[in-house]
Amino acid sequence: MSIARVNRMTPYMFMAPAAVIMAIALIYPLGYMIWGSFRAWDPSQTIGEAEFVGLKNYVTLWNDPNFRESLGVTLKFAFFVVTFELIIGVGLALLLDRNIRGMSLLRTMFILPMMIAPVVVGLMWRYMYHPTVGTFNRTLESLGLPSVDWLGSHALMSVIIADIWQWTPFIFILSLAALQSLPRSALEAARIDGATAWQQIWYIKLPLMMPVLIVTGLLRLIDAFKVLEVILVMTEGGPGLSTEILALRISRTATEFRELGVAAAMSNYLLMLLLILTLGMFAFQRIQEARAARIRAAAEEDV
Amino acid sequence: MPTIHLNNLIKRYGEVQVLHGVELELADNEFTVLVGPSGCGKSTTLRMVAGLEDVTEGEIFVDGKPVSHLEPKDRDLAMVFQDYALYPHMNVAQNISFALRLARRPKAEIDAKVKDVAATVGLTEFLHRKPGALSGGQRQRVAMARALAKDSSLFLFDEPLSNLDAKLRGQMRAELALMSQRVQKSMIYVTHDQIEAMTLADRIVVMNGGYVQQQGSPEELFKRPVNKFVAGFLGSPPMNFLSGEIQDRSGEIYITGQGFDLLIEGEKAQAARSHSDRTVTLGVRPSDLRFDEAAPKNKALSLDVTVSEYVGAQSVLLCQCGAANVMVELASETPVALGQTLNFAVNQNGVHLFDHQKETAL
Repeated sequence: MSIARVNRMTPYMFMAPAAVIMAIALIYPLGYMIWGSFRAWDPSQTIGEAEFVGLKNYVTLWNDPNFRESLGVTLKFAFFVVTFELIIGVGLALLLDRNIRGMSLLRTMFILPMMIAPVVVGLMWRYMYHPTVGTFNRTLESLGLPSVDWLGSHALMSVIIADIWQWTPFIFILSLAALQSLPRSALEAARIDGATAWQQIWYIKLPLMMPVLIVTGLLRLIDAFKVLEVILVMTEGGPGLSTEILALRISRTATEFRELGVAAAMSNYLLMLLLILTLGMFAFQRIQEARAARIRAAAEEDV
Repeated sequence: MPTIHLNNLIKRYGEVQVLHGVELELADNEFTVLVGPSGCGKSTTLRMVAGLEDVTEGEIFVDGKPVSHLEPKDRDLAMVFQDYALYPHMNVAQNISFALRLARRPKAEIDAKVKDVAATVGLTEFLHRKPGALSGGQRQRVAMARALAKDSSLFLFDEPLSNLDAKLRGQMRAELALMSQRVQKSMIYVTHDQIEAMTLADRIVVMNGGYVQQQGSPEELFKRPVNKFVAGFLGSPPMNFLSGEIQDRSGEIYITGQGFDLLIEGEKAQAARSHSDRTVTLGVRPSDLRFDEAAPKNKALSLDVTVSEYVGAQSVLLCQCGAANVMVELASETPVALGQTLNFAVNQNGVHLFDHQKETAL
């Protein structure tokens, strides 16, 4: 081997350990799952013994009303959760973006829910939602109001509320950071131009925060599709399929129904959905960067 | 057109007092420049007039009416900021028309106004650009156009030229002077640049440490500074200060110090004679020192040249007079060697004397 050739190889040799670890930790399990999704695979078999069935798992799922219902629940859950979290999180950030004594303590308290383990959150809310001894119904009773069947007929709403409680702080802190990095003088100029507090929010603050809000919203959306523990602890997907989101259905298909191939195919559907969202986010960032570059270029042209 | 009266304006941030009773009366259509070093309270004063900072004590009167409790939008003023403060997500036309749109003026009127103002500042072809796609000078013009479009009776400028490069700054300064003549409104302009202050102002207000030091026309302040600070702040290169002692030699007043012994004549001599303290500070501007080898010793300073800065037709010489540094200006063709001792005649009308302790003019 010539020296020049060895020199050319050097960077790849340095990268090789990382590439190997990546392959083992990431590519191999992913490939395993994709490979498994084409087989009628039972946990008692090795993957080699399982029968190859082609796209059968995907087709079955596509026509399975239960899978569709679960997908629908997931979409509904993600949509409501992200919408309300955005509204409340941004609203709180707008309210608390000011210098009042004790505000830093208040802000820290607001982000506490995010730091609690999801299982704990699930247990906490399950007991608060308890039909007879739960905080909510006892409060309602003491006020003379009829009790609510939280985890029964309103189960989806109840898990949505729990998720909003836990994850609104995420949007709140990012919005607050975005707000505080807004150009102060532009807001002062708006005050002089005659904008009321609402007009400042509507015409100046929100449009300037928009890039941060879009990325934050997408991050939460991706997360909301993968949520599992809180719902598992609170309702186990019930009653019926009313709160059985995809992640929960995947786990049950693999463990209770022992259909690893179908579970793998379902995971791939979810993966595709998330991939589209992630690509959407990257595309958004690239478009933003390209636009910024174009604007810079235009500005340099006619200095 | 309003007259503006700042009555004993005080500003405190917690324990720290940054303005100590500012008292100013600004006439109609006057171009007032607040000038001073960083942290002197000039921007704070302007922001209090704008309503962006609360007034701790005192009052701001516009045409006799107190306004310090009013929101900025109710004070009938427009402001140009140091960093332009444009709305980055709106294009030039939207930036200019924002105030008019908030006021719900008819669309035809807004369009006409935007066109008109854009033409005034030379932005007609950029109306659909976002601020990010404009150069610094163009952004500055958008900021001015936005202020002009409001038709307010008072214009405030907060160091509007300090983010521009030197060449553009000179150009924009000239345009600003032209604009202020054309629109005939009251303007308050804040800057730390004494050249901007001298060229633009009808009235200069020199501030330092939260106090107004002196106010008046540029000429008045340049010729008759009330204290050493004002004397040293205005003028470029700055005034030279020498420490000396007043001596009465049979009726003739001399200021004598390290390396000089200067005869003082006229009213300055009178002031020096009646001054109680013998020690004074002598101030002479470089422009009042004329190179003259033949000048009599008691009407001149003899200076040792240490550094020569060539700036074109004129050179600025940094010299030593005793232990003190003295700057003089000299035609560049004069042959000068470093280390040489030169004789400079002192213009008697350009002699300033300051109290050694209080630094006030005698």
